[in-house]
Amino acid sequence: MEFFLQQLFNGLAVGGIYALVALGYTMVYGVMKLMNFAHGELFTMGAFLGLSFLGIFAFTESLGPFGGVLVLILLVMAMVALMGVLLERVAYRPLRSSPRLSAIVSALGASIFLQNAIMLIYGARFQVYPHGILPNIPLSFFGVEIPLLRVLLLLVSLVMMAGLYFFVQKTQIGTAIRAAAIDQDAARLMGINVDRVIQIVFIIGPALGAAAGVMVGIYYGQINFTMGWIFGLKAFTAAIIGGIGNIPGAMLGGLLLGVLEAMGAAYISTAWKDAIAFAVLILILLVRPRGILGERVADKL
Amino acid sequence: MNRNVFITSVLLAFFACFPVLFSNPYWIGVLNDIWLYAILGLSLNWVVGHTGLFNLGHAAYYAVGAYTAAIISTHFNIPILWLIPVAGFTAGLFALVVARPIIHLRGDYLAIVTIGVGEIVRIALENDIFGITGGSNGIFGIPRPEIFDMRIRRPWQFYYLIGGFLLITIWFFYRLEQSRFGRALNYIKEDETAAEGSGINTAWYKLAAFVIGAVWAGMAGTLFAAKMSTVSPGSFVFWESVLIFAIVILGGAGSIPGVILGAFLLVGLPEFFRNFADARMLFFGAAMVLMMIFRSRGLLPPLTRKYAGVSRAGGGDA
Repeated sequence: MEFFLQQLFNGLAVGGIYALVALGYTMVYGVMKLMNFAHGELFTMGAFLGLSFLGIFAFTESLGPFGGVLVLILLVMAMVALMGVLLERVAYRPLRSSPRLSAIVSALGASIFLQNAIMLIYGARFQVYPHGILPNIPLSFFGVEIPLLRVLLLLVSLVMMAGLYFFVQKTQIGTAIRAAAIDQDAARLMGINVDRVIQIVFIIGPALGAAAGVMVGIYYGQINFTMGWIFGLKAFTAAIIGGIGNIPGAMLGGLLLGVLEAMGAAYISTAWKDAIAFAVLILILLVRPRGILGERVADKL
Repeated sequence: MNRNVFITSVLLAFFACFPVLFSNPYWIGVLNDIWLYAILGLSLNWVVGHTGLFNLGHAAYYAVGAYTAAIISTHFNIPILWLIPVAGFTAGLFALVVARPIIHLRGDYLAIVTIGVGEIVRIALENDIFGITGGSNGIFGIPRPEIFDMRIRRPWQFYYLIGGFLLITIWFFYRLEQSRFGRALNYIKEDETAAEGSGINTAWYKLAAFVIGAVWAGMAGTLFAAKMSTVSPGSFVFWESVLIFAIVILGGAGSIPGVILGAFLLVGLPEFFRNFADARMLFFGAAMVLMMIFRSRGLLPPLTRKYAGVSRAGGGDA
């Protein structure tokens, strides 16, 4: 039982990261119906920028561990958001009216480009985050020892997700995003500036992905230029499991995927961990082709 | 049309004499790779270019074929070229089992599921599934192929073996394009709802097209195993699928000459830029984006589309 709870908590912590990355996928997909393959690379960029800034500004020394990490994450989010806007301008905006296939190929190309740009800038080897950026105090829940780091990871993810949810549900910009997701043309007729909406989506999504990148760096300690690929793919899987285009769905899918993977790794085999995510995806799509929280939408005729 | 026949004959003659004129084994080796990727590209073209199914996991069927041939030929000492049909059959059967439940998924969903299938296959190979795939080292020591007691081991010998198979591939897919089956697929790609409405069983056709592509990729896998005399999971990663996909799209989806040109550009051209090895993939990615922006239908798009355009624009004057 304790082992089970331990795994559950591990899974939730990693699932929170999947969920943060999945939110970026789901928002872009919701508004543009585009699989943004390059999202995983923005996440990697976040992890690397975090490491660089940590070295340059030594945040944790001047601001203390918690404040320092918070400022670091905010700074990285801002930088990567800028890159997200740039990415949309260069690789996606010219293809707004092209067939789906062209946009997917462009996204793949952008992903390859960014991944190799990161490799050329930072090198192909693993880079290491300094050990013990955050003090690791073991906390005890229901008789299970859980490191503070994992609790924080989950908490930060949950706070960001909740913030995004209220932003999209309650604010005017959020309403515009939801309207553009339903029907871009109709939204335009109602006076919504769809270009702006898309830009905002490409600010929020990459920013959340970048935060996840820094958190992964602090949590696992090791980062590599290819990490965005597998994280991105799993996050996309999480978004589809939850019902793509649906914000609570992405959160649910991310947490669910994290837990299933942790359980799979613990009770089946770690070597098959990555395969479990895709097997779950296929099974869920067979039963519910629109994902768990996805609405039944008629296919475009 | 006469001009096309002329150009084709000149190209054929040139490439038939290539190993005799230029005996440099390095460049013959590069051409062998190009031929192999052209075969793979043509097999995927049948799925992506003709049917409009986004298959981003084609390397999985290539892998199943290569491993089938490698396992049988090393365990039972059967000449590897005899296994071409067996490998094609296994890959096709695998595609049938995998694709049957998912073929109805919409474009993007299908893309992500095929990526998932590709990754599952790679992980299964790495984990030495059934204890026969050799884990991450793969299988080595595959016996060299033989034709009429001649052992194929030099690049120029493979050149004619793989080049010959490419010619068969071109002929096969050309005939298939002209067939009733090929026309039905094009119809489905243009307008699936209308095709369904006029009595075409779209699900069956899509599945059949997917399986044909997989069978051909499996056969290409046998050639790969014979050429390398070793197979390992590292040869069937996701980027391999992306490369094949890019060959089809950048060359011109739905066009046989386009796909072959795509193989030349994406496999052959980088060899000229060996000195920039690290930055090659950077250009590759940028080229994909730029191509989509400026020439989204590929370098040599199929000609038949013109006809569809005329009838759509002209309304009743067909």
